[in-house]
Amino acid sequence: MKNTTLKVALIGNPNTGKTSLFNQLTGLNQQVGNYPGVTVERKVGSCSLPHNKKATILDLPGTYSLNANSLDENLVIELLLNKKDKDYPDVAIVVTEVENLKRNLLLFTQIKDLEIPTILVINMADQMELKGISLDIPKLETALKTKIALISSRKSTGINELKDLIVNYEQLSTEPCLNASEIDSDYFNNLRRIYPNQQNYKLWLVISQDVNFGELSKNVLQNNSFSKSDEELKKLQHKETVKRYQFINNLLKEAKKVDVAKAKDLRSKLDSILTHKIGGYVIFFAILFLIFQSVFEWSSIPMEFIDESFASLSTWVNEHLPSGKLNDLVSQGIIPGVGGVVIFIPQIAILFLFISLLEESGYMSRVVFLMDKTMRRFGLSGKSVVPLISGTACAIPAIMATRNIENWKERLITILVTPFTTCAARIPVYAILIALIIPDKRIFGFLNLQGLTLMLLYTLGFLMAIVSATILNKMLQLKSKSFFVIEMPNYKMPYYKNVGLNVLEKTKTFVFGAGKIIVSLSIILWFMASYGPTDNFANAEEIITTESLNQSLSEEELQDKIASFKLENSYIGIIGKTIEPVIQPLGYDWKIGIGIVASFAAREVFVGTMATIYSVGSHSDEENTIKEKMRNEVNSVTGKPIYTFASGISLLLFYAFAMQCMSTLAIVKKETNSWKWPIIQLLFMSGLAYLVALTVFQFLK
Amino acid sequence: MQTTVDLLKKGEKAIIVAFNLETIPLKLIEMGCMEGHLVELVQAAPFGDPLYLDMNGTHLAIRKEMAKEIIVEIIHN
Ligand SMILES: Nc1nc2c(ncn2[C@@H]2O[C@H](COP(=O)(O)OP(=O)(O)OP(=O)(O)O)[C@@H](O)[C@H]2O)c(=O)[nH]1
Ligand SMILES: [Mg+2]
Repeated sequence: MKNTTLKVALIGNPNTGKTSLFNQLTGLNQQVGNYPGVTVERKVGSCSLPHNKKATILDLPGTYSLNANSLDENLVIELLLNKKDKDYPDVAIVVTEVENLKRNLLLFTQIKDLEIPTILVINMADQMELKGISLDIPKLETALKTKIALISSRKSTGINELKDLIVNYEQLSTEPCLNASEIDSDYFNNLRRIYPNQQNYKLWLVISQDVNFGELSKNVLQNNSFSKSDEELKKLQHKETVKRYQFINNLLKEAKKVDVAKAKDLRSKLDSILTHKIGGYVIFFAILFLIFQSVFEWSSIPMEFIDESFASLSTWVNEHLPSGKLNDLVSQGIIPGVGGVVIFIPQIAILFLFISLLEESGYMSRVVFLMDKTMRRFGLSGKSVVPLISGTACAIPAIMATRNIENWKERLITILVTPFTTCAARIPVYAILIALIIPDKRIFGFLNLQGLTLMLLYTLGFLMAIVSATILNKMLQLKSKSFFVIEMPNYKMPYYKNVGLNVLEKTKTFVFGAGKIIVSLSIILWFMASYGPTDNFANAEEIITTESLNQSLSEEELQDKIASFKLENSYIGIIGKTIEPVIQPLGYDWKIGIGIVASFAAREVFVGTMATIYSVGSHSDEENTIKEKMRNEVNSVTGKPIYTFASGISLLLFYAFAMQCMSTLAIVKKETNSWKWPIIQLLFMSGLAYLVALTVFQFLK
Repeated sequence: MQTTVDLLKKGEKAIIVAFNLETIPLKLIEMGCMEGHLVELVQAAPFGDPLYLDMNGTHLAIRKEMAKEIIVEIIHN
């Protein structure tokens, strides 16, 4: 028997459960959320079918129709119009859900016009009883000329029936379910006459919007005597939509029954509280406050545990590996560096947990609704709230989440200011600096001073985002039509499995991503710190010993001096010394300078970098946590501590504002399609960081 | 009585009569904004903007400036 792999694409309106179904079919864990526009990219997985067959399943962003309105919707159309695309499906599965079936079917009728074998999935069958909905499946199948799988991807019902349908895809009718070309028969007959080999509906899609496929472009097609103006085209699109809705409305009048008494549900009650003029805001800010409180309160015990574990791991390795350079590298560079990130897993996981809960419950759309008017004042959209909140985890998915902001100017501003929000990668840096310079005291008996500082830094990040948005709004002379539509999904009980997997996946990505950079960077730095180009480095021992002859130094002190002299003359020391004049006015020495430079790859490497540098630069073997090493660090000239209140605050502010994340710049380049914006972002943010840090240090010192 | 969607009161229901095809994006039409469909104002956001509507069974929010372009006939029950 031939072992073929079928290609199956999941298509449907946003928030109908495509990704949930994808996860069911493939066993993967892609992100699911009760918010339109969670998936923004193609995702592929494989699924085994009955009779030893296999299928590759493609998950796509949600789209309301085949008329592209936004970037992620474009993705779907480009795929379906291009037969040469490697993912071009053998079978299309249109995913709909019981409650919004009417709107969902609009897309279905369009896909049918493309004459691809199409299966209709009606998802969320588990909601039918609760909402008093009943469906006449045979009637729907006949009228829509398709096979239907009524499933629940949460409860995993109907999945096997769906697999059977996929295997037998050749039996599916490819006939359209209504004749849309009736809206202007003359026009479509003309098209058919000139391009007899092309599907009429495909031609129409190319003409009515700016997508290209193959050799057929809008310009070529529009070069006909019977062509229509853009205005006329839109009228036709309107007519087409009306026609499709008429068909669907008539069908559903017969085939879908709703028991109105049951239908009046939770939604209206919750909405009147959560979107209330005053109460709505109070609740929103209370939730934000709760999130940040919990992030710090709940995480303190596991964090202490992790801290101690890594410290003892360090000691263990130190004692059990043969002593020498490799031992130092592992026990004093890599382990503390990785520990510096692992310690934040509890905080990050709790943050991800809350964001996931907000998304899964359906509350996120209400926040968008509440905040739109306010955000518009700053040149942003209500939809910018989602990236700004999820930016507290990581700016990269946050920037991708801007794709469903329709207005280009609002979207661009959101992309540019999102990196100001305090992402998880800043937490390690903030935490260690705060522990060094802010006393662990309580004021008014309950407010922890260190926690308060952290909260201020978060607030500062948001404020800076808002202020920059206002400035950009004034400066950018972009004309784009203001246009805003957001669907308000039903409230849903967050599904523990989705939430759990979400938290796990995101945390894993963060830790492994950061871990890789930290390990490789630690190794590079360690080599650069352990070798030097000049005679000074090679003869360090002699030079220092002669120099110190007439000072009465203990052996210990002498060795320390040699180590630090070596470090200064190593490759890294030379680089550090070269940049020192630039950063000295901010209150930093050259070692911090190296930490900052390394942080331009990713902020979270700061702690690891400092750990590596300090461990090479000191002779002693005693077990010191990185925090203690930083506390003991003194300026070699003045003998005063390096990390003072002034330099610490200056460093905190530098990290708050500077654009130190290659991956973010890369994603901004991708999303804006030019180097212009990431470069502006890099220069503006880092320049601002420098100025603020400079001013603050000069003022405080 | 004819009016526009931005002037609806909370809980008021109306039938869409006409809208400005030039300014209403296709996306909104596809979500159910078309002649003959029922629309209800579920809730106005603080400061009266945006508006949370139930349009032909689809729950969505649009800004006031767009709502101004949709003419409706209020139905009394
Ligand atoms: N009750 C119920 N909820 C479901 C079911 N399937 C999915 N959901 C929920 O519906 C919401 C949307 O699911 P997703 O899988 O993210 O939907 P999507 O179609 O991929 O959405 P986009 O990527 O935004 O287009 C989530 O909150 C899911 O938990 C189901 O069978 N029953
Ligand atoms: Mg999805």
